[in-house]
Amino acid sequence: MSAVVESHDHHHGPAKGISRWLFTTNHKDIGTLYLWFSFAMFLIGGAMAMVIRAELFQPGMQIVEPEFYNQMLTLHGLIMVFGAVMPAFVGLANWLVPMMVGAPDMALPRMNNLSFWILPFAFGVMLSSLFMEGGAPNFGWTFYAPLSTTYAPPSVTFFIFSVHILGASSIMGAINVIVTIMNMRAPGMTLMKMPLFVWSWLITAYLLIAVMPVLAGAVTMMLMDIHFGTSFFNAAGGGDPVLFQHIFWFFGHPEVYIMILPAFGIASHIISTFSRKKLFGYTSMVWAMVSIAILSFVVWAHHMFTVGMPLAAELFFMWATMLIAVPTGVKVFNWVATMFRGSITYETPMLFAICFVVLFTIGGFSGLMLAITPADFQYHDTYFVVAHFHYVLVPGSVFSIMAAVYYWLPKWCGNMYDERLGRLHFWLSFIGVNVTFFPQHFIGLAGMPRRIPDYALQFADWNMISTAGAFLFGASQILFLFIVVKTVMGGKKATPEVWEGAQGLEWTVDSPPPYHTFSTPPLVK
Amino acid sequence: MSGYEKYYVPDQSKLPIYAAFSMFVLIMGAAGTINAVGTGDSISKYVLYFGLALMGGTLFFWFKQVVQEHLAGLDSTQLNQSFVYGMAWFIFSEVMFFAAFFGALFYVRTFSVPWLGGEGEKGLANMLWQDFSPTWPLLTTPDQGSMYNIPNKSMSFPGWDKMLLWLPLWNTIVLLSSSVTVHMAHINLKANKKKKFNIWLGITVALAIFFVGLQALEYYEAYAHYGLTLNSGIYGSTFFMLTGFHGFHVMLGGFMLAVMLTRSVFYNHFKPGHHEHFGFEAASWYWHFVDVVWVMLFLFVYIL
Ligand code: HEM
Ligand SMILES: [Cu+2]
Repeated sequence: MSAVVESHDHHHGPAKGISRWLFTTNHKDIGTLYLWFSFAMFLIGGAMAMVIRAELFQPGMQIVEPEFYNQMLTLHGLIMVFGAVMPAFVGLANWLVPMMVGAPDMALPRMNNLSFWILPFAFGVMLSSLFMEGGAPNFGWTFYAPLSTTYAPPSVTFFIFSVHILGASSIMGAINVIVTIMNMRAPGMTLMKMPLFVWSWLITAYLLIAVMPVLAGAVTMMLMDIHFGTSFFNAAGGGDPVLFQHIFWFFGHPEVYIMILPAFGIASHIISTFSRKKLFGYTSMVWAMVSIAILSFVVWAHHMFTVGMPLAAELFFMWATMLIAVPTGVKVFNWVATMFRGSITYETPMLFAICFVVLFTIGGFSGLMLAITPADFQYHDTYFVVAHFHYVLVPGSVFSIMAAVYYWLPKWCGNMYDERLGRLHFWLSFIGVNVTFFPQHFIGLAGMPRRIPDYALQFADWNMISTAGAFLFGASQILFLFIVVKTVMGGKKATPEVWEGAQGLEWTVDSPPPYHTFSTPPLVK
Repeated sequence: MSGYEKYYVPDQSKLPIYAAFSMFVLIMGAAGTINAVGTGDSISKYVLYFGLALMGGTLFFWFKQVVQEHLAGLDSTQLNQSFVYGMAWFIFSEVMFFAAFFGALFYVRTFSVPWLGGEGEKGLANMLWQDFSPTWPLLTTPDQGSMYNIPNKSMSFPGWDKMLLWLPLWNTIVLLSSSVTVHMAHINLKANKKKKFNIWLGITVALAIFFVGLQALEYYEAYAHYGLTLNSGIYGSTFFMLTGFHGFHVMLGGFMLAVMLTRSVFYNHFKPGHHEHFGFEAASWYWHFVDVVWVMLFLFVYIL
């Protein structure tokens, strides 16, 4: 058998020109594609956020029409969730999972390329709806019926189908990751020896396969209600708009964990490396993630406390949500315990990782506040919720992605990034994020509603500050782009190990690693 | 791990990006066509057909290539195992797709319809349409507006006396037997009895076609005689979406089995060994899955 395989070994290096990227089956190429795509989406979605913040700089309507404001708000959310954060994590999984488990590539390389190339088409369709009659989707990233059915612009049909193929992309990507992890580990790498990033992605992939089809079901019911006369979300025919919210959040809450679990994995690697200590509590980290994943299926209605659910449901979802804080607390404890008495140095990845732990915890606490049903009656649909999820998503998920880029970029391209610029980027982002989102806690508690382009005068000061922070944060990401491009183009050569004492198979190969790593699996002891 | 085999990592391939492009054409065509219903636009329809053709073609060449690589002996046991896991997780994703629709059915039956009728903790909803009284199967709608087709009969169990004329019963018999026949085919394949394998598989495909025929007949009756349509309120919505997606999956599964039959009869592709017929095995798993979904439908849509 191996004779036949040998004859196929002529593709040692990448193909030349554009065809390398279009037709590739190489996990590193596909990882790179995912990461650049995600960054492009991050900038586009970010530009939309700037439109939103510019309008909110002062009370009154200054810059955009309310209709356009709604479209910006909706596309910003959809692009950041499905176009920036999720693809970035898939890109990291592509680059890292095969190297970390000692596999030659992803298990199903052609399907891997398909998963990626669906994304540009799907977002092309979604963005093109801006130019369609009636404008782009304007019903918020949660697209509640009947806003997204009875009152939706015609472009909703295009939106529905693009969500369908996005879902197909995520499911195929997740199947690929799961199969790689289950089937391609090097001999000797038992489950409990897997690096935590791999563990986090195993669980994430499981969540993806479980909930993306539910999202597909939700948009399919919308399509049928809009065009084919069904009554799923229409009480006049016996359905219920609240049914939409149940289905959406059955997808939506696991989805927020899809966006944070890989971040947990990343933080565990980086904190251990720069504390120069073994990670504290590996086993409990794994179990914490598993229990978070299981619990994430039974908390969805904490997004719906105010829709009028039966009392028993309000109580159940309150307690179940609070229960998630326990495994989350275990994780935070372990990260802190890892740093405790470590010989810590503060390179850029570590700065981002520490900041991740602290600010994510703030987001977790505001989540706990929101989980208290009677309190949520006050907080719901205010800027407090906006502050909460931006704390978990920006200095949570996004910072972890940036930490990962600084940490593994020298491995990927063989050059060290400029440490001074990296730290500058960190501090600008750190200040920008907090100036943007911390004041939103105050205006939210004071009652400023979300998703409205105008507001009462009393909120003016904090909104102005928030907008200033947002533009600072946005501008610093241009610096990030510059740093990454500069590193890829050249710089101090990186050693195979890159970071002193870094653990894991990926640090045993050259920087940059050969096009095909681990054609023969290494032995893990 | 003795006798380590190299994992087959395929060369560059144009198929994935073609597939992504076909999806793009397909959804542009589909969305355009649906949005254009009732207007004069005729172009989107052709975009849709073009997308379907592209997609079909790409998938054909893709599967062809995988089969050829298998025949050339490129795939190791480990790669085969990747396909096994991949198919299992794909079926799990399909289970979750149906779960969304079953969940919707459960929700309207247990919560929203009774609430609209004034029952239960949120019975206040009855103030919207005060003379609405809930039943299941719901043959009326809370709002009696003319946009709804009010059916005169549901698809549920008609009583023991009329049982033999009740199509879903026959559909159940047909589909359950087809699960048995596909299993018989598998047993014979493993015993290297090719002829019997082909016959059992052929019977399975025939039963699949028969099922789709009966289902079409049932839909015809619903639309033509009972007045039950997609426009009949939530009962019609859940009934047609659940049975419709199931029927669509039956067609898909039946098509897969038909492809396997063709591969076996004309190309003699399958061998009894454990890793020599996963194409067939995957299709048969899919078939069992479709069967289980039907049993759930039979229980929750037709009987209970
Ligand atoms: C300790 C953990 C957490 C708890 C207890 C929690 C709780 C909540 C609650 C109760 C809400 C609903 C608030 C309302 O609409 O009135 C909410 C909203 C939200 N949470 Fe969390 N959360 C937690 C962690 C996370 C994480 C890790 C993420 C994402 C990475 C996240 C993302 C979101 C988002 C996006 C929303 C807003 C959705 C929307 O309405 O647009 N949360 N959270
Ligand atoms: Cu949630």
